[in-house]
Amino acid sequence: MSKANKNGVREPLIHLSKRDSIHPGKALVIRLIAVVLGLVVCGLVAFLLIERLQQKPERIGDFYYSFIKGAFGTSRKFWKFLKNVSILLCISLALTPAFRMRFWNIGGEGQTLIGVLACIGVDFYWGGKLPEPLLLVLMLLAALAAGALWGTIPALFKAKWGTNETLFTLMMNYVATFLVSFFLMIWVTSGSGVLPQMKTGKLPTLGDNSYLLIILIVLALTIAMYVYLRYSKHGYEISVVGESVRTAQYVGINEKKVIIRTMILSGALCGLAGYLIGAGLDLSVSADSVGGQGFTAIMVSWLGKFNPLAMILTSGLIQVLNQGAAQISQDFDVPGALPNVIVGIILFFIIGSEFFLNYRVHFRKGKETVK
Amino acid sequence: MEKKLALQMRGITKRFGTVLANDHLDLDVYQGEILAILGENGCGKTTLMNMIAGIYFPDEGEILIDGKEVVIRSPKDAFDHRIGMVHQHFKLVDLFTAAENVVLGTQSDEKYNLKAVNAEVNQIADRYGFHLDPAKKIYDMSVSEKQTVEIIKVLYRGADILILDEPTAVLTPQEITRLFAVLRRMRTDGKSIIIITHKLNEVMEVSDRVAILRRGQHVATVRTAETNEADLTTMMVGRRIDLNIHRSQPVNALPRLIVEGLNLYNAEGIHVLKDISFTSNGGEILGIAGIAGSGQRELLESISGLQPVASGKITFFNPKKDRPVSFFHKSMKQVRALADKGAFHDRNMNSVNFRGMRSKAVRKMVKDGDVLFREDEVMNLRDKDPLEIRRLGIHLSFVPEDRLGMGLVGSMNITDNMMLRSYRKGPAGFLNRKKPKAQAETIIRDLEIVTPGVGTPVRRLSGGNVQKVLVGREIAYTPKVLMAAYPVRGLDIGSSYTIYNLLNRQKESGVAVIYVGEDLDVLLELCDRIMVMNGGAVTGIVDARTTTKEEIGLLMVKTDERKEAEDA
Amino acid sequence: MNMWLNFLIDAFAFGATFIYGSTGEILTEKAGHLNLGIPGIMCMGGAGGCLVLNMIGRSDLPPFLIVILGILGALVFSMLCGLIYSFLTVSLRSNQNVTGLALTTFGVGLMKVLMIKLDATIYLVGPKQMYRWPFAGRQDSLQALGVLFFMAVLIALAAGWVLTRTRIGLNLRAVGENPATADAVGINVTRYKYMATCIGSGIAGLGGFYYIIDYMASQEAYLSVEALGWLSIALVIFALWRPPLTIIGSTLFGLLFSCASFITNIPGITVTMAMKPLLQMLPYVVTIIVLVISSIRNKRENQPPASLGLSYFREER
Repeated sequence: MSKANKNGVREPLIHLSKRDSIHPGKALVIRLIAVVLGLVVCGLVAFLLIERLQQKPERIGDFYYSFIKGAFGTSRKFWKFLKNVSILLCISLALTPAFRMRFWNIGGEGQTLIGVLACIGVDFYWGGKLPEPLLLVLMLLAALAAGALWGTIPALFKAKWGTNETLFTLMMNYVATFLVSFFLMIWVTSGSGVLPQMKTGKLPTLGDNSYLLIILIVLALTIAMYVYLRYSKHGYEISVVGESVRTAQYVGINEKKVIIRTMILSGALCGLAGYLIGAGLDLSVSADSVGGQGFTAIMVSWLGKFNPLAMILTSGLIQVLNQGAAQISQDFDVPGALPNVIVGIILFFIIGSEFFLNYRVHFRKGKETVK
Repeated sequence: MEKKLALQMRGITKRFGTVLANDHLDLDVYQGEILAILGENGCGKTTLMNMIAGIYFPDEGEILIDGKEVVIRSPKDAFDHRIGMVHQHFKLVDLFTAAENVVLGTQSDEKYNLKAVNAEVNQIADRYGFHLDPAKKIYDMSVSEKQTVEIIKVLYRGADILILDEPTAVLTPQEITRLFAVLRRMRTDGKSIIIITHKLNEVMEVSDRVAILRRGQHVATVRTAETNEADLTTMMVGRRIDLNIHRSQPVNALPRLIVEGLNLYNAEGIHVLKDISFTSNGGEILGIAGIAGSGQRELLESISGLQPVASGKITFFNPKKDRPVSFFHKSMKQVRALADKGAFHDRNMNSVNFRGMRSKAVRKMVKDGDVLFREDEVMNLRDKDPLEIRRLGIHLSFVPEDRLGMGLVGSMNITDNMMLRSYRKGPAGFLNRKKPKAQAETIIRDLEIVTPGVGTPVRRLSGGNVQKVLVGREIAYTPKVLMAAYPVRGLDIGSSYTIYNLLNRQKESGVAVIYVGEDLDVLLELCDRIMVMNGGAVTGIVDARTTTKEEIGLLMVKTDERKEAEDA
Repeated sequence: MNMWLNFLIDAFAFGATFIYGSTGEILTEKAGHLNLGIPGIMCMGGAGGCLVLNMIGRSDLPPFLIVILGILGALVFSMLCGLIYSFLTVSLRSNQNVTGLALTTFGVGLMKVLMIKLDATIYLVGPKQMYRWPFAGRQDSLQALGVLFFMAVLIALAAGWVLTRTRIGLNLRAVGENPATADAVGINVTRYKYMATCIGSGIAGLGGFYYIIDYMASQEAYLSVEALGWLSIALVIFALWRPPLTIIGSTLFGLLFSCASFITNIPGITVTMAMKPLLQMLPYVVTIIVLVISSIRNKRENQPPASLGLSYFREER
């Protein structure tokens, strides 16, 4: 028919157009649907993978309940949850200014790890020789400087020669990893490659909770970053450069200066996250100190639309899934890395749902003829 | 000599939203002819051709090829009907060689063999007299070579109907001559060539027939041999339409911005501004007319410090000090001492000293505005970036052509866009949104901007409202010079008049306004003087009150033979 | 056999993992998609192949069939991952970095869950011999080479040939350089992106499979596949987006990676254990240097595909 109809527009069944805006409520509903669908698929995948669930399908309710239990089940788990959220959020906050500038810094992992290494290094060489408060300050400064250095090197090349920052920062992660292994070889004389916990250089405990200080620091950082991005002149310049370099030039902003300045900040804050891990939690360093959180943070920041306050929610979601899945591993006796699978599946759905926030999908009903 | 019809268009109509781009157009193209399509910017030439090339689909009407009705939905369909279009903006893969671009996307059962393609490209080139190295990469090519690749690409696909959209806009005179020779050879070969242009001399030189379009309608098609440039101009610009834009007489128009001998080369090394000289006076609107791409954008960008110029002077006269008022704060002795240092000048910019004049006579000269104080007021704008210009305290406003890509940040709201130029104010590292917000509210009210509120990202506003935000911001900066490039492009009638009124109000308050426009009727009614540009050079500056559309039209297409000879 | 030759052959054998990974990534990147999911895809390829071998490893099927079925298993799993990635980034136009990272998270996790369930004595012991054809019987280091090694070299050469010498390759490169132009000349951009990503993922998946059942042939081998995946992405830069160069690059990476343990065997050279990580770091440092130099020299042929990382939406032109 369409062939015979000489003026008929034969267009594909689905037609896409960009949305100008979307009602916030509608956006929320789309995202919720995505998470729910993701959870359903998680259930199906779990059914395939978990033998105990195959034997007792009625325990599927327990399966979903584990997500809540894992993060909020006991007060200890809840504190751990808050701590995990804080560290992940801290790295995400560090990456956010760079992302808002459309500088794809995927080197958060390395910038954080080098921060851990620097602060433990200071502790290793000067621990016990300096008064504790001074040591802690020196460790902090070392971590900030190391992170900033790791972030600034790719930025300098980007500003000067336009070197691809995604690939550069990715490589810097591995340089950091092997640098850690190198220092472990030097520091650990036994050759085991495991550095025992330091006796010095531990962040003080607030009250009787060892995580509270970290949580408060990151909370303050979240607010500070929100204010910085939204209310400071620097934050404003970052947004302008990110949106259009031509506009930046039109109003006389030196975009190279902004790129370098922002990456110093981004790297230094990753260093701060490294300090919180090193001095606040581990008191040691290993190639796995950051544990891939530098990569997860990229997703947290992106899912939170680069808004620090929204990122509290997205990092919270990731950690609920992580701890929930860990709980499932325990309850259903699944060895291995179930949390990664579950986080991955949910992320696929949330990433996919962004499409429906940005585009409008029209389905053609039958053929359309020109009026 | 009876020729066969190659292409017929019947009642072609295309709307974009409420704009009627093509209004029931009829057009015939014969085999073995060169048809020129002539018209001003926005007359619908390119839209019409895009429908033959499969970029757009007509709302109404039919296209016939060799007498048979066809449906063209995509560039591929067009190729299948042996139609090829060379767009103004080339669609080439920079990293590929000429031959690779030519063969790209073609389907053939033959084994892919780049050598064979090279040979074929050479063969086509030889046949029509092109010069092209098929193994040369696009990024190493000049604009003219890229155009050659585009033409060969179309020929390789077997096109018999070639459409060229403004092919000469980017070429040197020698290259144009070569291109025309090629086109004539193609005509001899029986191909139909449609060339879109608004250069009259080229129309006269190369075409067999001319179709004239105006405001989406087909005015006439005439044989080139039976017409002349003056007739074509009249048909192209049409009768003058009375727009009723209020225009006041300039009061006390003193020079504010003087540009002398400005030359600019773009990133590709092309000479885009050639020896530009003009004066823009306070209290006057200077219009800049010309075909799009004649150097208007580059001129405004050089003045505002965005493009480093090769030579020339850009001088700004700071109006704060050119008022004789400051004169009276000094004793006559000081005044005379200053005069000896060359601090004063008359309206012709000649130095004035008061030797041998009595104080009373001096005062009278000042009172009559015959003396200008020039102590620190002459400022050089050349080689200063926008920030330096700003720091000198020069209030230079610029409404760029690219509203959302340059003038505004689309994702930011109105308040944040208001402070794009002023956000550095204030001592602390933090932004002060109070004043920008008040300004935003003011312009929303005064310019009747339709928006849900000051917090709406400007990208979501309609074109007219976006432009009002931009112009509103630039005016809020209390400019002394206001430059606006195509400020009413894409705007509805109501919004356009809002902009005209704003510009007029600025003029009346003493601002030097420079208005780059494309609608000649508007230029004639809005401006006091009109400077016409063509090919990066000024072809004339005329009094808008006495000139005619025809005169401007001729200046717009006039080529300065002497200058082109120099370039060669 | 000569010690040096042993060392070189071992580097070849180890490098084949990267040849697969980076050839797969190059195909994807040539279509304009930076696929950071490659580590996950390689893991899934490994898991898929091992899963099949776990089922048929002790069956009476003829050896070539076991080889083919194992390869098919790896291909199916990794191409499914590629399909997820292309659906999200091509059809749904999601952010490529984020999608890739999510895919890696998912793939690495799923592999670990699956591999624990498998029995290494079934999927490794017998099949290893079959995959090492024709050198299975040898005792010197040549026995490290086998079917999958030669396949890697062939695939890299073939991919290079397709990219530079065929219409399909030309069209694919155009898609990655300038999708709007490709679209305008009638190339189906979406189809090319899907095909390149899925085929590239399949090739990368073979790398994970090869590493687990052939090169390492140990129960814990799967734990290091992810790290090799990241190195494969680095190698793409090193090879300047040319598949045949990955053969040289991966051998070099292999040499650097294993020379730390080898160097201690050379009489007269004493290296501390601490040097080992520094030597292992070298491939990444060299990659950074290559990246920087190619950006400074700014030779157009050595740059990443121009539209790398950007989604294509026709109506935005």
